[in-house]
Amino acid sequence: MIRNFVLAGLAAAAFVFGPTAAEAGRDLDAIKARGTLRCGVQGPSNPGFGVPNAQGVWGGFNVEVCRAIAIAIFNDPSKVEFVPVTTQSRFPALTNGEVDVLSSNTTWTLTRDTGVNRFNFPAIVFYDGQAIMVPRRLNVTSARGLNGATVCVQPGTTTELNLADFFRQHNMTFRPVVIEALDELRRAYDQGRCDIFTNDFAALAAQRTLLSNPRDHVILPERISKEPLAPTIRQGDEEFTNIVAWTVFALIDAEEFGITQANVDQIAGSATDPRIRRLLGVEPGMGTAIGAANDQYARTIIKAFGNYGEMFERHLGVNTPLGLERGHNNIWTKGGLLYAPPAR
Amino acid sequence: MSTIETPPAAKTAFWNDPVKRGLALQSILVVFVLVVVWAAWNNMSANMVARGLIFGWDYLGRPANFAIGEGLIPFAPTDSYGRALFVGLLNTLRIAVVGIILATLLGVALGVMRLSSNPLLARLVSGYVEVVRNTPLLLQLFLWYAIINALPGPRQALPLGPGMFLSNRGLKVPWVEWSPALWPVIWALVAGIVGAFIAARALQRRREATGDAPPTLPIAAALIIGLPFLTLAAQGFPATLSVPVLQGFNFTGGIELSPEFVALLLGLVLYTAAFIAEIVRGGIVSVYKGQWEAARALGLPAPRIMRLVILPQALRVIIPPLTSQYLNLTKNSSLAVAIGYPELVHVSNTTMNQTGRAVEVILVFALVYLTISLLTSGFMNWYNGRVAIRER
Ligand SMILES: N[C@@H](CCC(=O)N[C@@H](CS)C(=O)NCC(=O)O)C(=O)O
Repeated sequence: MIRNFVLAGLAAAAFVFGPTAAEAGRDLDAIKARGTLRCGVQGPSNPGFGVPNAQGVWGGFNVEVCRAIAIAIFNDPSKVEFVPVTTQSRFPALTNGEVDVLSSNTTWTLTRDTGVNRFNFPAIVFYDGQAIMVPRRLNVTSARGLNGATVCVQPGTTTELNLADFFRQHNMTFRPVVIEALDELRRAYDQGRCDIFTNDFAALAAQRTLLSNPRDHVILPERISKEPLAPTIRQGDEEFTNIVAWTVFALIDAEEFGITQANVDQIAGSATDPRIRRLLGVEPGMGTAIGAANDQYARTIIKAFGNYGEMFERHLGVNTPLGLERGHNNIWTKGGLLYAPPAR
Repeated sequence: MSTIETPPAAKTAFWNDPVKRGLALQSILVVFVLVVVWAAWNNMSANMVARGLIFGWDYLGRPANFAIGEGLIPFAPTDSYGRALFVGLLNTLRIAVVGIILATLLGVALGVMRLSSNPLLARLVSGYVEVVRNTPLLLQLFLWYAIINALPGPRQALPLGPGMFLSNRGLKVPWVEWSPALWPVIWALVAGIVGAFIAARALQRRREATGDAPPTLPIAAALIIGLPFLTLAAQGFPATLSVPVLQGFNFTGGIELSPEFVALLLGLVLYTAAFIAEIVRGGIVSVYKGQWEAARALGLPAPRIMRLVILPQALRVIIPPLTSQYLNLTKNSSLAVAIGYPELVHVSNTTMNQTGRAVEVILVFALVYLTISLLTSGFMNWYNGRVAIRER
């Protein structure tokens, strides 16, 4: 909380005292020169998406997205430095160059994409929507029955804006309790400071696993917003944008084509489908086109983490504590929204 | 009678003349500061232009679209960012004013107690001071917040008295519902306070002249409480009391002190009071022991010696460091970000994040803090001047 103020202060100071420069390719060049990708992930309390293990090694869905990008750039998933950010500190951290990319459940919105923020959202990795969690004992079944509720919410999010919109639209009042540190906020909800806790559905499911009695809480059926979550980078570097976008697309394509961690080598050896041969670098050109370390970047990524569906099931799916259904986050051929432009 | 001719002053080089040298150095400094500010401004503009940004205040007028938990004036998401920041500022002032008053009262009491001849009391206080001064304030805030949040929920609230409820939603107390009929009462209160001041001065003058006068306190109290009461009575008590009742999720009616406010207030007051206690103790110890002995020889009882002889002299040692404690308390109130009390920094953070206007928001907030600090120290310096020993 103090840190993010310092960060914002640095962002401001960078304007006042920093050098004036903006060349294309500068971000990717800087990343390559440094030898590591700096990836902003949520603080250490977001199960499924990003958590450090006992040895301090980060794992989770968002974490693997960054490692996949590192493979594309360096052909090495370990060349990532993870920087924990909060909802408030993430944007100053990105603006300042403290991180190169945010992989932190950040929603792609018009104002973040344009205007004073000037960020880029190369590809959507998760289709989410805002949801509301209530203690079971309150017997609330619909978000419409929440008039007068006290609501725990994180600042600097689309969440707090949608919340205000939703209550306004339905002529209800509420009282926000706004705490930046997710752990502190969840504790306040757990202790009963708030009647309800709101966040993106997936994040809420993740937070529920950390409550003292997860079973005592239900997530209401309404989704009160659209939250397309995407890795976020600064505007102004087309090459870096390409790498991030086509890393995500490679994961999606792999699932569409049935390429998995287990069979990727075998498929690469035997595939006749030209789309698959291009994707896996059997036929050269695609990796070079996006500026990746080599043409086999997709193959290396899938070998390391599997395709999109495998990553989803490993960290977020029905067999994890989060227990998420694929829903919108399924391949378009299976009724979901995941649809990658052709790699050709 | 001989006149002494003053010899014509030998011409000194201007760098040996302290006045001229001072002037020259000051001017160089001013020019230097101006150049730095000008360069910084230019650089900032260039940077912002390079990124396609336009420095501007237009965001202040746009709707904020977020809600704020509590404030001295109403705030709805349709209100502007400017108003949101103002709500934050009022919340900062609210915690600072209440905090400073309570921390001063507690700090003075603790400081005096630490010098008590009762060893148990003195030890207890010194233990308190050491523990509180040597743990981070942020941790203390988390502790208080967790304790308050561990209270039962609103449906099991602890009744503290008629219409008063304590729960993890804060402290609810009955409150007079506002109506325009209450304006005369407010004016009566103001008149009462002014009257009390005038009366106190007159009494003081009489006491100094004749050595005797009726006690000030009852008269002042009668004015301050009596006048508004009479005004109320004359209008036939137009006020209605709003009493908290449980409705739906929470209490409605009355006013509430939120858990965030209470936790922050507790934390700031207990922390700052420990420092103030040390300052007060140091001030008292600095008064020459002969003053005690002389006062005792006059037969004054100890509490009056403290109040009439020692504290007034200790004040001039106490006030300068006390001022910095007041400034600290005000600035420390920004730690409230951690427990969600919506003061200026909290609202600024959110505003910055939602608008992306880091430079503009930081400028606003830096200026506001600077102003608060200057006003506080200005006032304290003025007060210090008044209590300073006047050489006669
Ligand atoms: N998607 C929304 C909400 C993001 C959000 O609430 N993220 C939370 C939950 S995943 C988070 O990052 N918390 C971690 C933290 O702040 O430490 C946005 O981009 O504004």
